[in-house]
Amino acid sequence: MSKIETKDVNLYYGDFQALKNISMQMEEHTVTALIGPSGCGKSTYLRLFNRMNDLIDNVKIEGEVFVEDENIYQKGVNVDELRMKVGMVFQKPNPFPKSIFENVAYGLRVNGINDKHIVEETVVRSLKQAALWEEVDDKLHKSAFELSGGQQQRLCIARALAISPSIVLMDEPASALDPISTAKIEELIHELKKEYTIVIVTHNMQQAGRVSDFTGFFYIGELIEFGRTVDIFTSPVKKQTENYITGRFG
Amino acid sequence: MTHLETELSNLRLELNEMWALVISQVKESQAALLNFDKEAAAEVLFKEKMVDVFELKLYRDCENIIALYNPVASDLRLTLAIIKIVLNLERIGDFAKGIAKFVDKSPRDKINPELLKVSHAEELLTSALAMLTDAKTALDNENSRMAISIFAKDSLIDEITRGANKFIGDYIIQYPTEVDEALNIHNIIRKIERMGDHCNNIAEEIVFYVEAKVLKHNKAARK
Repeated sequence: MSKIETKDVNLYYGDFQALKNISMQMEEHTVTALIGPSGCGKSTYLRLFNRMNDLIDNVKIEGEVFVEDENIYQKGVNVDELRMKVGMVFQKPNPFPKSIFENVAYGLRVNGINDKHIVEETVVRSLKQAALWEEVDDKLHKSAFELSGGQQQRLCIARALAISPSIVLMDEPASALDPISTAKIEELIHELKKEYTIVIVTHNMQQAGRVSDFTGFFYIGELIEFGRTVDIFTSPVKKQTENYITGRFG
Repeated sequence: MTHLETELSNLRLELNEMWALVISQVKESQAALLNFDKEAAAEVLFKEKMVDVFELKLYRDCENIIALYNPVASDLRLTLAIIKIVLNLERIGDFAKGIAKFVDKSPRDKINPELLKVSHAEELLTSALAMLTDAKTALDNENSRMAISIFAKDSLIDEITRGANKFIGDYIIQYPTEVDEALNIHNIIRKIERMGDHCNNIAEEIVFYVEAKVLKHNKAARK
């Protein structure tokens, strides 16, 4: 069973067609990397799965987008519930101006979960899953802004995990981080896929090679090639893919 | 452990499995030759296919590691060294197969002990086996000194085999009806000499991995 899938998706920003006939399936407990040059539609495609493109004016979508076999663009879909199922981490760490504890607890509180024990348990679990617990367990009530960039990003991951999503979308999660923090995030992704399905947009092809099971190469709104990462990086089928991953263009 | 470390660790485990298989091939080829044991010979031939499978799998795994993880420094040297070590192990396995084939295909049921004695076949195979085993230990322990000690053992093999033409020639003069057998044994001696050369190559790759030194074509550096 594919966890998430698109069938013949076209997306327009006004007259501009940003995605052209994209069909792709992503299986459960896998990491799929989306690569391609700037402006090729990777982030637009990523935002399909939690309907973040709804927040942009003049967006039109054709085709079908499935999350766990449900077409999420049909009438009657509860977008708030969808966004609990599909978490997201952005390029720039964006902790709330709150304590470390309250950052992670926020998602629970806005969904009406205020039981002290449940909140505490969930915060601890999420911080452990995000490999941050040992660095913050003695300062949970300090401001999140006191953390380093890498720690803030892991806090954002913990915040996304606290509401128990089954899918996590990551839009260049390590591009603003130093190499050590990047390595920690990558190891974390490797651990998280045991419990979650992850889709990651990255400009860093070496990162795509290191962390993902499958890779989709996008170019000017089209999905040029999709396959196992090991095949894409050792013997890509399309010449365009080969040219991109070897740095000959893009 | 990082993901790359896990992959490299698995690669080394796989290499050790192939290495153990080739060691057993050389041991069994020695038993096959010295005792003219056709069963032992058949065992060596059977294992050849498994060695080939390991060779292809290890090449593929090394390729994947380079493509996906961009190893650098010692991780890169290890991956490159393993590619070369696999090549040399496969060749050693081939030579063991060649010895086993001689026993397997021979219409006789024994070999003249005098021929075995003058050819020093037992001594040579024992040396080759020791080189192969020491090389494995050297890599397991990342011990470049132990790897370097293998070159001296190869020199011993070369010294003995240098006299091969003479002692085989003398044997043929003494036993003219056994020319075929003698020439086959001469062929086997050459195979064992090549085994030693390949063990040498493996030792060079171990030093390259551990010390980042290239000993190939540089006899002076081997000391």
